[in-house]
Amino acid sequence: MAKFKKKKDGELPQASTAALPDIVFMLLFFFMTVTVMKDNSLMVENKLPAADDIEKLDRKNDKVMYIYAGKPAKGYEKFGTEAVIQLNDKIAQPSELKQYIHSEIALRDESIVPFMVTALKVDKNTNMGLISDIKQELRKENMLKISYLSVKPQK
Amino acid sequence: MAKRSIPEVNAGSMADIAFLLLIFFLVTTTIEQDNGITRKLPRWEENPPEDVVIKKKNIFTVVVNKEDQMLVEDELMELKDLRKAAMEFIDNGGGKNEKGESCDYCKGARNPESSDHPTKAIIALKNERETTYSTYVAIQNELGAAYTELRNREAVRMYGAGNTYTAMNAIYRDPKVKDEALKEKLKTRLDKLKEMYPQIISEAESKSN
Repeated sequence: MAKFKKKKDGELPQASTAALPDIVFMLLFFFMTVTVMKDNSLMVENKLPAADDIEKLDRKNDKVMYIYAGKPAKGYEKFGTEAVIQLNDKIAQPSELKQYIHSEIALRDESIVPFMVTALKVDKNTNMGLISDIKQELRKENMLKISYLSVKPQK
Repeated sequence: MAKRSIPEVNAGSMADIAFLLLIFFLVTTTIEQDNGITRKLPRWEENPPEDVVIKKKNIFTVVVNKEDQMLVEDELMELKDLRKAAMEFIDNGGGKNEKGESCDYCKGARNPESSDHPTKAIIALKNERETTYSTYVAIQNELGAAYTELRNREAVRMYGAGNTYTAMNAIYRDPKVKDEALKEKLKTRLDKLKEMYPQIISEAESKSN
């Protein structure tokens, strides 16, 4: 006959914490995997201008296309001292924008193309001439929604 | 030699180490949020249509030169005064709109020499190729803020305190808000405000001379 061990008078067994490290590790791995290290390393200086009448950019459905511009950063002096455009991972000329826009459109679902927004991440010391060239190209490709990315001014 | 039993490694501090790492990643992870001034570019026309004649009093000219100095209505102006000047111009309401109605919600001076109606008031911004981007953005910001302030004022008047245009727009655009009926209601309100004070900022192509 099996005998049941009698529990000692009313004492609760201690909760096992052996699974705690597993849980924490799970969380840790989750955060490690969702943390996206910036995929574009910037080759241009990128201090954004200040503005306070700003809207949050809705990045749902990957509808934002980024264009960077500014003076070449340290280590990229071979591109000169004048402001340049950076598309994905390379320095580009304004004439290459057309191709870039087409490739960005091709990457996306057709249904979201009309809602695409171009985010201009431009260094504040850039001349407007370059921006005008970018805007001209965007207009030609019918990408009319743009956002001048800026930061809240520091009080 | 006596047989020694290998002592078991104490794993009790494992959780602490993992927690430390977890907290490190929690703190360093910044879910980056981009903020910006949104504008709509005009459509590209291969052959620009003939210039439409617009009364001079309905145009508010802002010219920035390569020294980043600003000329507003042919007078030198500091950036801090731009918002107020733009608001006075938009909100003037000195005449009638397309339908022949005068602006009954405007609180401006009703100067017949200034804009007729907010729906007719055009802000013309012009810059040179050498203008600095930060100045340009600051000006766009002030002009946008002038519209936002007017919309806020009317929103509070019509829908009560706290229901500013900015606040309603933030709720409307928040993807976390799932209440469709609320969004629908906000959309009608926002559209109404946009209709009252449409943002008309026209940009001339910058010349390099």
